[in-house]
Amino acid sequence: MSAGDSAAVSAVEGKLAEVSTNSDLKSLPKRGKAASGRTLNTAQIQLVARHPEVYEPCDDSFALVDALLSDKAQLLALQPSLCLEVGCGSGYVVTSLAIMLRQLGSGTHYLATDINQHAVETTQATLEAHGIHADVIATDIVSGLEKRLAGMVDVVVVNPPYVPTPEEEIGIKGIASSWAGGLNGRQVIDRILPAVRELLSERGCMYMIALEDNDPLGICHLMNEKGYASRVLLKRCTEEESLYVLKFWQDPTAGSSASPSAKSPGSESSWISQLPFRSFWQKNNSSS
Amino acid sequence: MRLLTHNFLASNMKGVSTGYPLGLEVVKSTIKEVELNADFLRGILPKLDWRALAAATSAAGYPDLLPAEQPSEAEFFAEGAAEFEDSPIRRLHRALLEIHIDEGTLVCPESGRTFPIQKGVPNMILHEDEVRA
Ligand SMILES: C[S@@+](CC[C@H](N)C(=O)[O-])C[C@H]1O[C@@H](n2cnc3c(N)ncnc32)[C@H](O)[C@@H]1O
Repeated sequence: MSAGDSAAVSAVEGKLAEVSTNSDLKSLPKRGKAASGRTLNTAQIQLVARHPEVYEPCDDSFALVDALLSDKAQLLALQPSLCLEVGCGSGYVVTSLAIMLRQLGSGTHYLATDINQHAVETTQATLEAHGIHADVIATDIVSGLEKRLAGMVDVVVVNPPYVPTPEEEIGIKGIASSWAGGLNGRQVIDRILPAVRELLSERGCMYMIALEDNDPLGICHLMNEKGYASRVLLKRCTEEESLYVLKFWQDPTAGSSASPSAKSPGSESSWISQLPFRSFWQKNNSSS
Repeated sequence: MRLLTHNFLASNMKGVSTGYPLGLEVVKSTIKEVELNADFLRGILPKLDWRALAAATSAAGYPDLLPAEQPSEAEFFAEGAAEFEDSPIRRLHRALLEIHIDEGTLVCPESGRTFPIQKGVPNMILHEDEVRA
């Protein structure tokens, strides 16, 4: 992956340019074409298991994996002991993560959860097809792990059900639970965030997909109040949606101890303006 | 599911206070060898519940693999220990990361509620009336 790790804005704009020439239908062949640099680093789409009731890898899944790839150097430097995917679906993302970090060998272990029984089986099949092991658990978010795994997970990845839907659609079994996000698409996300914060280790980080409709800036503010810094790793516009990949990590200067204006110099000072985030945000917000 | 995961799973039902450790009944288990990584084991060791691991190892069909009492750090990480088939660290590695539970049942120690393990996947999903408010 050539995208610079710190130059988030240009990396993201590079992505935007790349994607705008590319309709979603073309994204499959495109991945094939990009295979030279990519299949070595991600799950192979032909080996991803399928089931009619399970979310197939889609633009959002690819965006998340591309963002992880763009952050690969940091991930490797972190040398995570435990990585977790919440809502693993087909298993494409957790398998890709394990492949891109394979040089860490048996120093890194993977867990994956999904509330859909077919999804956990599909994930198992995808992992096996790639010769990767992760412990897969059928559960609601991380229920059952919250006590003993608190503070132990170094990397969490989430492509949550984020589509705004009527509240009743949440909790419906099967495929609907892959996208149904309730009011503003936030209902499941807002349960995932505190649960994941409990599990993250001090040096841990979380990568999450969010849609424009989910108010990603609001999510970042909320996480900031809880002591997490954030960054937009990637923004991608498809015909249907604007996707963001957000990264969160614990930051002692974030949260209530530091008022937004206390830190950086200049009038534009806020926790967010230190990151390439704000200007980027405003620029892109107006276009959609 | 490996015993690593068993060691970190608890019952999360309404009305249950610790729900740990989960009882383990094994119908089928397999061994898949992986490379031993001493750093990983060193990091995870202080977080492990030894008794739960020893009990689960027995339940999986390996009653003699782990001692009832946890060996000391020095015993685990003695120079060259990883080379010896029978060393404490090799045994820990096998128990934690190489035994896979394919079919079986987890049992909540307080309520007796069972959680099936099928095709290697434990199902911890609760019914609506079992979920905490
Ligand atoms: C948008 S799909 C993402 C699937 C896969 N990670 C990917 O990126 O292709 C969201 C997944 O979250 C799962 N999910 C929805 N609600 C959940 C919950 N409460 N706990 C765990 N998983 C959930 C769905 O079953 C679905 O597989």
